[in-house]
Amino acid sequence: MIEVETDDDAIRVRCLSDMFEVRASLQTLMSDMAGRDFLPEERGTVELVLAEVLNNVAEHAYEERGDGRIELDLTYVPGGIAIALQDFGKPMPGGQTPLGMPANLDVEVADLPEGGFGWFLIGELAKDLSYERRGEVNHLTFRMTLGESAV
Amino acid sequence: MEVRKTDVGDTRVVKVNDSRIDAAVAIQFKDAVRAVTADGPRRVVLDLSDVSFIDSSGLGAVVAVKKLLKDTHTLELVGLTPVVAKVFKLTRMDTIFTIHRDMAAAVPALAS
Repeated sequence: MIEVETDDDAIRVRCLSDMFEVRASLQTLMSDMAGRDFLPEERGTVELVLAEVLNNVAEHAYEERGDGRIELDLTYVPGGIAIALQDFGKPMPGGQTPLGMPANLDVEVADLPEGGFGWFLIGELAKDLSYERRGEVNHLTFRMTLGESAV
Repeated sequence: MEVRKTDVGDTRVVKVNDSRIDAAVAIQFKDAVRAVTADGPRRVVLDLSDVSFIDSSGLGAVVAVKKLLKDTHTLELVGLTPVVAKVFKLTRMDTIFTIHRDMAAAVPALAS
């Protein structure tokens, strides 16, 4: 069961690193945004980035165990949103987020990439991405610009 | 994950009856599309008009289907909703797939 806390300018979700808890968390976050006059396309872009970072925690930090705790805080700030994500799993390899290069598509069909798009999408859509390992905790923060100034 | 097949002349239209192709269902999606294309026409048009959300795992599954079918079928896409279209465009996968604007463009026999 996910835990949710909301106030005037933020929503905080606590869930496990299970694909269906992640999905339920995304749905909760999206319905909170829907009540705050964001456009459907903006919500979709936020959902995409949040899905990528949460799936990354579930798959890599917790190695698909499904029982790791994830804490996501979404704060509404002027011009967009700020995200703070914490987990208690393995650190990022090399102590930093992957570079997220665009995939090489100039290959035969048989060699087309089926993964590796996640960090590229995050890098394209999120701003001020920052990762820190403090003690046994992974901290990831970033912003997304929404509204008329959005890309 | 439910998909529905309809044959129109030499084309098999496979409609995804789900609003999401995400990490939770990517494998089921791949298996479901493979199952409905095991027989029938060689031209497959994947109708994504009910899919409002796809993530990188879902995108990977669509690419995996294209690879699975590559020696026996052609796979084309139709009905990309805004977020799905954005994921294809950002990753440049829109250059790898034939993407039709709507069903009338994908299967002209349906337009008449």
